[in-house]
Amino acid sequence: MDVKDIFSYDWSYLLPEFIILGFATILSLLDLFAGKRLGRQVIGWLSLVGVVLATVFVFVNVNVLDKPYSYMADMIRIDDYGNAFKLLFLGGTAFAILISLSYLKKGEVTHTGEYYYLMLTGLLGAMVMASSADLITLFVGLELLSLSSYVLVGLRKKSLQSNESAFKYVVSGGIATAVTLFGMSYVYGLTGTTHIYEISFRLAEAGMAGYQFLVYMAFAFLAVGLAFKISAAPNHMWAPDVYQGAPTPVTAFLAVVSKAAGFSLLFRVLLISFFNVNDGANRFFFQEGSLYLGLMAAASMIIGNTMALRQTNVKRMMAYSGIAQAGYLLVPFVPPTTLFFGEVIFYLFGYLLVSFGAFAVIMVVTREQGTEEIKGFAGLYHRSPIMAIAMSIFLLSLAGIPVTAGFFGKFYLFMGALAQENYWLAAIMIVTSVISYYYYFGIIRQMYMRPGTSEAPLAVPKGIWTLVFVLALLTVFFGAFPGLVTDYVQIHFNPSFDFGNMLPPNFQ
Amino acid sequence: MDSGANILLSSLVFSPLLAILIIAFIPSRRFGAIKQVGVLGTLLPLILAFWMFGAFNYDTSNLQFVERHDWISIPIGLAQTGTVFAFEINYELGVDGISMPLILLTAIIGTMAAVASWQIKKRLKEFFILFHLLLIGMLGVFAADNLFLFFIFFELTLVPMYFLVGIWGYGEREHAANKFLLYNGIGSGIMLLAFIMIFVVMRTLNIDQISAILTTPEHPVTAALTPAIRLGLFLALFVAFAIKLPVFPFHTWMLKVHVQAPPSIVMIHSGILLKMGAYGLLRMGIGFFPEQAYQFSTWLAVLGIINVLYGAVLAFVQKDLKMVLAYSSISHMGIVLLGFAAMNSIGFQGAMFQVVSHGFISALLFFLIGVIWDRTQTSMIDELGGLAKSMPFVSGIFLAGGMASLGLPGMSGFISEFFAFLGLFGRMPVLAAVGALGIVLTAVYLLRAILRTTFGPTPSRFTGLADAQPMEVIPMVVLLGFIILIGVYPAILGNPMQQALKTIVPIVTGIGG
Repeated sequence: MDVKDIFSYDWSYLLPEFIILGFATILSLLDLFAGKRLGRQVIGWLSLVGVVLATVFVFVNVNVLDKPYSYMADMIRIDDYGNAFKLLFLGGTAFAILISLSYLKKGEVTHTGEYYYLMLTGLLGAMVMASSADLITLFVGLELLSLSSYVLVGLRKKSLQSNESAFKYVVSGGIATAVTLFGMSYVYGLTGTTHIYEISFRLAEAGMAGYQFLVYMAFAFLAVGLAFKISAAPNHMWAPDVYQGAPTPVTAFLAVVSKAAGFSLLFRVLLISFFNVNDGANRFFFQEGSLYLGLMAAASMIIGNTMALRQTNVKRMMAYSGIAQAGYLLVPFVPPTTLFFGEVIFYLFGYLLVSFGAFAVIMVVTREQGTEEIKGFAGLYHRSPIMAIAMSIFLLSLAGIPVTAGFFGKFYLFMGALAQENYWLAAIMIVTSVISYYYYFGIIRQMYMRPGTSEAPLAVPKGIWTLVFVLALLTVFFGAFPGLVTDYVQIHFNPSFDFGNMLPPNFQ
Repeated sequence: MDSGANILLSSLVFSPLLAILIIAFIPSRRFGAIKQVGVLGTLLPLILAFWMFGAFNYDTSNLQFVERHDWISIPIGLAQTGTVFAFEINYELGVDGISMPLILLTAIIGTMAAVASWQIKKRLKEFFILFHLLLIGMLGVFAADNLFLFFIFFELTLVPMYFLVGIWGYGEREHAANKFLLYNGIGSGIMLLAFIMIFVVMRTLNIDQISAILTTPEHPVTAALTPAIRLGLFLALFVAFAIKLPVFPFHTWMLKVHVQAPPSIVMIHSGILLKMGAYGLLRMGIGFFPEQAYQFSTWLAVLGIINVLYGAVLAFVQKDLKMVLAYSSISHMGIVLLGFAAMNSIGFQGAMFQVVSHGFISALLFFLIGVIWDRTQTSMIDELGGLAKSMPFVSGIFLAGGMASLGLPGMSGFISEFFAFLGLFGRMPVLAAVGALGIVLTAVYLLRAILRTTFGPTPSRFTGLADAQPMEVIPMVVLLGFIILIGVYPAILGNPMQQALKTIVPIVTGIGG
């Protein structure tokens, strides 16, 4: 591990991160010095420009890069694994900003400028998480995302609920961070390094040298701590309160970007660090480790889907739905196959389209109705057929009914689980999915079958209308032609080399 | 197998799209135009279905009108072998002698149900859009030659049906829609589980290929399957389709739907959707795992008898005409199971005859109940009576439909029951004798219900009821016409089926010796 002169690196691969950092900095200065004269919408549009620009450069990286490029002893590592996730983060943030542009007009959030650049810093944190191979940078990314999210959740300063949820988020997030850090300290103690590719070998040695128990402890703490960000059991309790209290675009941001970032981190840290550990006969991660993740998956699916049945607040319901989705997303890692990467990326991609669509509709409806109760959706079909139909498509996709992106995502996960002979997880997936029909169709029932409080056409901002319409189309389109995404992932992202060529092409 | 040169079957399956597109652009207040397009739109699949039925070659058991296109291809690795192969989902359609009559049945009942939807008054535009969507799903189920495609079409029927029951149904419509959704959702889930397991082992989703591989005991893939796994897969498929059929004790959802859904939707539900269960059971359950089906056949017969007798006995005590027919459907689906349980050519023919015949009969009877409800606002047997005086035509057709249902010779019901029991008597005479009791009971409950409603003293409020209107006469006459046609000329169904059954029967009977 030789430390090179910083000028000897080709920094162009980091352009996406630099762009986001630059825009966040410039926009915050602009906000500071422009005073009241500058419309804060401008900051929103500018931040969107930044995100789009960064996306372009990620695509450039995807096409240019043929092997991982690392900076400063793998502190930052640009590879396909990270790039794929970055595309999801950027897409998610772009959608969040787009929704916000019409949300924030109404003056619910007083610090509009901050709102946008906090989203950018959160995005930067997520990008750092996805592309670092060192515990320290990973942690910095995690904290950058978390701190930005804490503030974003609480930005509706005058709303008691928002304050409460921000407070809960900070406290529980702090605890989760502490647990993660505690796990990391075990790892560092056992290996003496923070570089996860080195950890991979040294942890195996430590395990063989009789520190097996401590290795398992490290795994357990890391898994529990990181479960927080993806809102998986046993660290899911914050989600309903925070989702409910946060401004709706922030909720969508948490549901998609923050969750995807959590997944990128969870798997890079756990999979690589514990890849070589074995208990003498079997590889730990592929036996006990993945079984533990399987239990997390099962618990999340069951808790998420059953608790969602009882919710009357639509954002809380979406939070439990998100917990359930986190459970589904953990399935391909029990144990991972060569397919896991494609499965997760496709599922997250579908989830991205659907979540933002659903939250955009939820935002319009809850704002107009002045309530977040599911009853607020009553009669929506008569007031805005397009919104109702689009929402139905999103809900059908979340429930996993063809022909939607969500269906194929679930089908793909399901197939992977059966190919691994994971019958119990497959069975839980089926049963909980059917349970989920009940609450997803609950909203559909309200929209079509119940009389609403008014029959007047629903006023939908043009931007939101277009976004929802396009997302609904894409949800169906990628449900019918999922091959377009899976082929792209297959051709441009070769997941096995992202793990430093250490995984055999056909690892089980 | 020829490739995508032939697009006839796709045109048939997706032909209702045309009506959907046209209706989508008609303003929703123009009721008349929507109705006309809604009904005329079903003529396109009907004409295509008739045309294909005519062009169908009866002398071969091969799939016809085959279409095949590449669709999705994903590399997949398997844990147990460590090999990687492409996971391919293709767009594959094809019909044989079993599915062709069912497609025709779907098209006919589709048109008749559209005509029967004439009296729908609210939200007509959405109704017909969903109706045609449902039609696409049903046609697709019978045309699919690929498990994935079959599943998608199967699920495609679920969503429109949910709305059609939940919005246009009677009082407890939402409850019925939910129950429908959850039961069928579980059924679909189990089916998907079995399909993917089959795929993981077979590495193909083509129904024809899977049948061919699984029924060749020497094939390495087949040989590698342990009997336990086969039995498990067969049972999974059985349960999945038993929910749809419905087999006791999975039938409760179906009663709700029959009672709460609007008449035209019950026509479709009872006439076609239940048949998807029978079709799947024959094509995938028995077609893929004949040996397991053979071992299981006694249980099939027992379940069939339970269905026949349970349905008949409960139909007898019902006060609501709709409930009588709902339980009667359960009873008649039992005969399908009995036909399957016979595990011989005659039995299978009986079962498939029953599928088609009951499709027409139940569609007719539910249509009549809709007409009666339209006039009297009730379907309670006690409140009705003497309808023959004011509605002689409707009552006459009702009696004729009832006769067909209880198996009067010369009508389709007779042929199917006769074949099914004839087949079963050869293998399980005792069970067949017990099951045949159901025929007697059917006569009792149907005659009771029909006579109580059409004859006897006429309550004064029912004296001036209008008899059948021209738009109502069409479905009655057409459906009854087909019932009689099959009854007097069964070869019209028997010929196409015979060749297709030849591919299944020898294998099954070969096991039995």
